[in-house]
Amino acid sequence: MYEILFKQVLNSVTKMMVVDAPDIAKVCKPGQFVMIRVNETGERFPLTIADFDREKGTITIVFQEVGKSTLLLGSLEKGDKILDFVGPLGKPSPTDKKYGTVVAIGGGCGSAIVFPVARAFKEAGNHLITINGARSMDLLLYRDEMGRISDETYVTTDDGTCGTHGFVTNVLADLIAEGRQIDLVFAVGPVPMMKFVAKTTEAKKIPTLVSLNSIMVDGTGMCGACRVNVGGQMKFACVDGPEFDGHEVDFDELMGRLNAYREQEALSEKQWAEEQGGAT
Amino acid sequence: MAEKNGEAPKKKRKRPPPTKKVPMPEQDPLVRNKNFQEVALGYTAEQAVEEANKCLNCRDPKCISGCPVEVDIKTFVGLVREKKFMEAALAIKETNTLPAICGRVCPQETQCEAPCIYGIRNEPIAIGRLERFVSDYARAHGEPLPKLPRKIGKKIAVIGSGPAGLTCAGDLVKIGYDVTIFEAFHKPGGVLMYGIPEFRLPKDIVMSEVEYLEKLGVEIKYNYVVGKIRTVLDLMNEDGYAAVFLGTGAGAPNFMRIPGMNLVTVFSANEFLTRVNLMKAYEFPKYDTPVRIGDRVAVIGGGNVAMDAARTSLRLGAAEVNIVYRRSKNELPARAEEVHHAEEEGVNFRLLTNPTEVIGNEKGEVIGMQCIKMELGEPDDSGRRRPIPIEGSEFIIDVDTVIVAIGNSPNPIIPQTTPGLEVSRWGTIVIDEESGMSSLPGVFAGGDIVTGAATVISAMGAGKRAARGIHKYLGGE
Repeated sequence: MYEILFKQVLNSVTKMMVVDAPDIAKVCKPGQFVMIRVNETGERFPLTIADFDREKGTITIVFQEVGKSTLLLGSLEKGDKILDFVGPLGKPSPTDKKYGTVVAIGGGCGSAIVFPVARAFKEAGNHLITINGARSMDLLLYRDEMGRISDETYVTTDDGTCGTHGFVTNVLADLIAEGRQIDLVFAVGPVPMMKFVAKTTEAKKIPTLVSLNSIMVDGTGMCGACRVNVGGQMKFACVDGPEFDGHEVDFDELMGRLNAYREQEALSEKQWAEEQGGAT
Repeated sequence: MAEKNGEAPKKKRKRPPPTKKVPMPEQDPLVRNKNFQEVALGYTAEQAVEEANKCLNCRDPKCISGCPVEVDIKTFVGLVREKKFMEAALAIKETNTLPAICGRVCPQETQCEAPCIYGIRNEPIAIGRLERFVSDYARAHGEPLPKLPRKIGKKIAVIGSGPAGLTCAGDLVKIGYDVTIFEAFHKPGGVLMYGIPEFRLPKDIVMSEVEYLEKLGVEIKYNYVVGKIRTVLDLMNEDGYAAVFLGTGAGAPNFMRIPGMNLVTVFSANEFLTRVNLMKAYEFPKYDTPVRIGDRVAVIGGGNVAMDAARTSLRLGAAEVNIVYRRSKNELPARAEEVHHAEEEGVNFRLLTNPTEVIGNEKGEVIGMQCIKMELGEPDDSGRRRPIPIEGSEFIIDVDTVIVAIGNSPNPIIPQTTPGLEVSRWGTIVIDEESGMSSLPGVFAGGDIVTGAATVISAMGAGKRAARGIHKYLGGE
C-alpha cells in the first residue's frame, strides 16, 4: 500500500499527488513511469513520474481525469492509500548528455511530465527552450516552473487566452524558420500534437524524441499491448521506450490502437458516474 | 475365422478385460463453455479409494521416477487406500510444494502415469486425480503445518513467484533458510495466476497454496521489479542475500513476422489471458479491466496456451473459434486432454494451415486472415515433421479477432541488468545442469528462463534442483 502524502487540484481536469514510495524514489530517473492499480477491482494503468524526492522517498504524479480509473484515483485524498504502485519502469530519458540547444515541448498534462526531463537537460548544460501549450489559459500547467528553469520560454493556447494564439508547433515552426540552431526536440502530449511536432522537425532532420502513451497492462514487457511500429520494427513502449524517435513512429497506428477499448471505457465511466450520483 | 490345419485353438488364460481409470465428473461441455468455473470436478472420497485400490503397490515403483519432483507416489496412494487422506497430503507435500496445482495441470500421461506397471495392460492408475483429491481434501479440512528445523540464519532471494520460484522457496524454507520472493506483479503464481485460466486452475487454489508457503515463513514482496528497483548484484552485495534464485520465466510474447500484427484486434495470448485471468476482465465492468472479443476468432498456435486462449474466447461469447496450426493433429504440442476438451466445447481445428497476413479495415480492426495450406516434409531438428507451404494455396478465413499463441521468449530485464550473467543466443540463462548455478557464483536459475517456454512441472523440478544446489553451495549436504 502506498500512501498519498499530498494532493493538489491543478485545474478543472488535472490533479497532482505526492506518493510515499521510497524504493522507487531512490532509483528512478526522468522519463520513467509507474503502473498503478488503485484498488482490488481496479485496472493497471501507466503514469509517467512527474517528479521525485530521493530524500523524502516520494514520487509525484500528475494526471488528467479522462475515465474511470483516473477519476477513481482523483477521488482519493491525502492519507488514502493506493493498492499497487510499480516502478520505475521503462528506459530513462537520455538527459545525461549535452546536445547544445534543446527544445522541450509539453502539451496539456504533458507539460507536467516534460518538466523533470527539461530540468535534467538544463542541468546537463544545454541551452533550454520550453514551449508550453494547452487548449486554454486555465489548462496551462507548470507555467512558472517552466519559466524558472528555461533559458527561453513560450506559452501557446489554442484559443489565444494566453501567450501565442495557436499550437506549440506554430512556435516551433517559427524558431526553425528563424534559422535557430536546435539540436534536440523533446515532446510530450496528446498523440496528434507529438505527430505534428515530428512533422515540423522532419524536413530539417532535427532529432526529435516523443514519449508514447500506449495502452499498457503489465508494463514489464510480457504482453505486447503497448506495441508500436517504430521504423518498421515492432517495439514495446514499456520496455523499449516509452521514448522513441518521432520521425520513425507510426502515429496513425498508435491512435487506432489507443481507441481499442473506447466502448468499454465509456461504459465503465458511465457506471462510475452513476455510483457517484447514487452516493450523494 | 476357421482355425488353420483343423487344430484346436490354444486355450487362453481367462483374464478380466482391461480397466479404465475411475472417471472424474466434469461439467457438461455445452454448459461449461459459457462459464469460468472449473471443468473437472474432482473425485469423491469413494472414487479416490476405488482408484487407489487398483494400485499394485510395486516393490520397485516406476511411477516415482516419472515425476519431476519425485513425489513418493506409492506411499501416498497407499494412504489413500487406508482412507488416511490428511497423511497422504502431508506425504506429498514433503517433496511437492504445489500438489493441488500439479494434480490439475501436469501432463501425467508423459510423466508419472507413463511408467505405471498397471498401465501396461490397463489405463494407468490416475495418480494426478488422486494427488488432486488429497490436496483438495487437506485444504478443505485445514491441513497442519509440518515441523520446521531451526533457522540457519542465511537469507536467500527468489526472483519471480511462478512455479519454479515457489518450489525453490518452499524447499529452502523447509531446510531452514530465510526466504524472500520478489514478484513484479501484484499477485503471486506467475503463469499459474495470469496464464492458466480459472476453468482449469481456480485462482483461490493458487492463492491458498501460496498462503501455505507464507505460513511456513516465506516472505513475498509484490510490485517489485528486480532489475529496476534493485539489481541481482545489489541484493547479494548490499542487501545481505547469500544466494539468489532466478525464476523469472519466459514471459515476452512472440509475434509472427507477417503484415497486420499491430492491428487493434490482434492480441498476444499473454495479453488476452492476463486481462481475463489476472485482471478478471470476464467480470467487466465489476472489474475495471476491459477485454475485447469478436464473433469469429482465430488463435494461432497449437500448444496449451493456444487451447486456453481458444476456450477462453468461447466463454467470453465468441460464436466461432478456430485453432490455426501449421502442422497436423499428431504434432499439436498441447496435452491430449486439453485438445479433447477444446473439441468437446466446440473449438474448430484448422490444421496444416499457416497465416500469411492479417487483414484490417480503416479502423485497424481485423476483417480476415490470409492463410496458406501446408504439407509435412522431413523431420526437423526438433524431430517433428517440418511444415512446408503448398504454393498457390492461399485462402482467406473470415475472422475479426486474432490471438497469437506461438510461444514466448525470456524477459530480458534481468540479463540486461546483471553484468557477468551468461546468456544463450535465445536469451536463456546458462546454468550448470546439476546444481542450477549460473555463470555468477551464488546466482542460480531454473524454469522457463533457462529452458525457454516449457511446462509447470519441469519448472518445479528445476526449482527443486536449484534449492538443493543452493544448500550445497552454502555448505549443506
